[in-house]
Amino acid sequence: MNVLKSFFLNQNKNLIIILGFLFFLSDIAFAESEGSHSEPDYIALLFVFMLATFIGLGVVTRVSRLLHTPLMSLTNAISAIAVVGSLLLTGHDYPDYITILGAVALFASMTNIVSGFLITDRMLKMFKSKETKKS
Amino acid sequence: MIYSIIQIAYILATALFIFSLHWMKDPKTARHGVFAGIAAMAIAIISTVLEPGIVNWEWISVAIVLGFVVGVPLSKVPLTAVPQRTALSHAFGGLAAGLVGTAKYYLWLQEGPENLTTFRMIAIIAEIILGFLTFTGSLMAAGKLQEIKWIPQRPVTYRGQNIINLSLLGIAVIGGIAVIFNPVEYTFIFPVIIVLALLFGILLVIPIGGADMPTVISLLNSYAGLSAVAMGFVLDNKLLVTAGALDGSSGLILSIIMCKAMNRSFTNVLFGAFGQVQAVKAGVETRTAKQETPEGAAQILEQASKVVIVPGYGMAVAQAQYRIRELYDLLTKQGADVKFAIHPVAGRMPGHMNVLLAEAKIPYEQLIEMDDINSDMPQVDVVIVVGANDVVNPAARSDKTSPIYGMPIIDADKARMCFAIKRSMNPGFAGIENELYFAERTFMLFGDAKAVIGELVKQLSASQSGS
Repeated sequence: MNVLKSFFLNQNKNLIIILGFLFFLSDIAFAESEGSHSEPDYIALLFVFMLATFIGLGVVTRVSRLLHTPLMSLTNAISAIAVVGSLLLTGHDYPDYITILGAVALFASMTNIVSGFLITDRMLKMFKSKETKKS
Repeated sequence: MIYSIIQIAYILATALFIFSLHWMKDPKTARHGVFAGIAAMAIAIISTVLEPGIVNWEWISVAIVLGFVVGVPLSKVPLTAVPQRTALSHAFGGLAAGLVGTAKYYLWLQEGPENLTTFRMIAIIAEIILGFLTFTGSLMAAGKLQEIKWIPQRPVTYRGQNIINLSLLGIAVIGGIAVIFNPVEYTFIFPVIIVLALLFGILLVIPIGGADMPTVISLLNSYAGLSAVAMGFVLDNKLLVTAGALDGSSGLILSIIMCKAMNRSFTNVLFGAFGQVQAVKAGVETRTAKQETPEGAAQILEQASKVVIVPGYGMAVAQAQYRIRELYDLLTKQGADVKFAIHPVAGRMPGHMNVLLAEAKIPYEQLIEMDDINSDMPQVDVVIVVGANDVVNPAARSDKTSPIYGMPIIDADKARMCFAIKRSMNPGFAGIENELYFAERTFMLFGDAKAVIGELVKQLSASQSGS
């Protein structure tokens, strides 16, 4: 519990750093977006990043300490969302070497998805409570 | 139209990912979390291939089938090998991010250099540095955990190590900045950055020993997530950003918990190799620890009404968890209250001990965190330490000269009696003498953890059926 407490106390400092960084990046992004039209909305992306990080911190601090190993294999599988990027690269009609790089990335992400979810479920199945136990 | 549908599907997938982590708060709901995760991933994959322009179906199906072929066996590894598997999948995650970043750079260089804007280049450089250093760093960590012969298990240190490592990273970053501002002229620097990142990953993990592995694995977990975030910035994809950020923050929190549990800072774990403390070893070898036989220990256990078992990495090595389960059953049958005291860094990854004990079908209510069990310790009749060492060393509380001073420990020495199961008197990982073994109320049970506990079980069941 102390860990969490001190972590959230430090959060003020972290928040200032994050806001400062956002401000810095927003300058770059605005300067760029005046020139090019194909430029994506970076501010929106950074907002999403910031909010998702805080949601992640909030959700993960509540995860039962019993389940930290399954948590790690679950987040492994979740971060294999890189599969989306790999699919886009592999799928489009790009030069061959791009397709090959994409296919290797797709293979790596797919492996993580499959093994990550399967092993998480396998581990979680083993966590039995006293009441559900028959003996 | 199809674009909006894809975006809405991505929002749905993001919500499911958040629920997936949310349900991990309790073992009762945790399995819903896996199903939510699978559903989210399925939605993400299906809506991505709906995008017009996806034509290379052969390549996609071959890669996916190969992913299943490798992934299914990887999910069936024994639970003692879970740390290696986790490290290996961080490596795969890093590799995927690095490759996508590389491919995108060369693609844009060829088809439209005007796409290589400053922001995109920052994201690409961050993606490849994080991705490739996670790749080799995690491979090294997996190799160390698997105890592959040609990878040194002990921390490898040499003079000027930190300076060399940091300057390598520094060169990579400076090169990165050069490419960021001149993406078309300085193409030749790009492969150099990749090589430097690969090298830095190896050098970062080489000086790290087994006891620091929980922190390093958590940190690499965080890097793998952040590289996915960078990929999201490169591809302008919010789903990648959110899912990557969830992974990154999870790795961050686990690293913080691990560091606090060892009373060390990030920099200390990464740059202050633990192997260096061996020189400090005190010259007090004259003390002898008291020894006990399994028969004598079993007699004492028969009288005990409160028993606490402290598992450590030694339990995993000896595969002693099933014997411990038998011991647990016998002690519970005679009416004793048996609990397990779990130190956050026991084992080789966060939560390692919990999974092993759960595998042996010990109800999870009996697995108690260090902070929650220490106040009960003085009332405990017998503590059994199974293959744990530094996490029960009272020197962390009292001896200011000890390298582990200040680390929170399980107060095994405060119990009425303590049995420590250990193969020999060799000091543990950090090369630190354990004060606990010389304490007045501690008795050593020498031998392999599985064999010793097996012997205890035999003695106890004999006397139980006899009476």
